Amino acid sequence: MKLRYFAWVRERVGKAEEDVDVPDGVATIGELMTWLASRGEEYAHAFDNPKVIRAAIDKTHVKPQTPIGTASEIAFFPPMTGG
Amino acid sequence: MRYIPRMTTTVRIQSEPFDAAAEAKKLSGGRTDVGALVTFTGICRGNEGSEPIVALTLEHYPGMAEAEIERHVAEAVARWPLIGVTVIHRHGRIQPGEDIMMVATASSHRQAAFAAAEFLMDYLKTRAPFWKQVEKADGTTWVDAKATDDAAAERWAAPGRKHAAAE
Repeated sequence: MKLRYFAWVRERVGKAEEDVDVPDGVATIGELMTWLASRGEEYAHAFDNPKVIRAAIDKTHVKPQTPIGTASEIAFFPPMTGG
Repeated sequence: MRYIPRMTTTVRIQSEPFDAAAEAKKLSGGRTDVGALVTFTGICRGNEGSEPIVALTLEHYPGMAEAEIERHVAEAVARWPLIGVTVIHRHGRIQPGEDIMMVATASSHRQAAFAAAEFLMDYLKTRAPFWKQVEKADGTTWVDAKATDDAAAERWAAPGRKHAAAE
C-alpha cells in the first residue's frame, strides 16, 4: 500500500511517500495512524496528535473509523489551508 | 421551449499566474444570458499580523485537489441556477501582491452567483488539499487552519449530510 504525506506531516516523517506492508489487525485509518506512530521517533512525532491529522483514501476524504479495505493509496495531512 | 443555458465549468490547478479579469470575462463573453458575474480573487498579503512576509509556498495533493474542487463545483451547479463557474488555484511559491486563487460564478441573477461563489470559497478553504507555508526573514512556518473557516463551511451543509470538515 502506498502512503503519502503532505505539509508538516511530510516534514516530520521525513519523506513524501513510501510503500508499506500493513500488518494484519490494522483495519481502520485510526489504527493505521496508531501503527505508524510506533514505527520510530519521526513517525511518533508526526502522529502524536492524531485528532488533528486528516486522511484520504484514493484521493477522497475519510474519517478515522473508515476501514482501509482495498485502498491503493492513503494520504495523511494537516487541516487544509488553501484559498 | 424551455430555455436551457449552455453551461461552462473550468477547474485549473497551476503554478503559473493567471489573469482573473480575463478568466471572468470568458464566462460572460459572447452570450447575452448572463445577468450577474461574481468574481473572488485571493491575493497574497505582504504581512501576517504586524510581521512582514517574504512569500507563501502552497503545497497541494495533485489529483485530489482537482477532484475535490470539481466535486464542489458540481454541487454548486446542482444547488443554484448557474451559467458558468471557474475555479483556478495556484501552487508553489507566491509573492506578496500576486493572485493565489480565484472563483468566478455567472448566473442570470445575482443571488445565485453570490451564494455559489461564497459556497465554493468556504468549501475550498476547508476541503481542497492545499497547505500554505509562510516564509519570513527568520524562517518558515505552516499556516494553522482556522476554526472560523470550518464554521463558515458548516453553514452550507444540509441536515443529515454534513461534511467531515465540520467534525
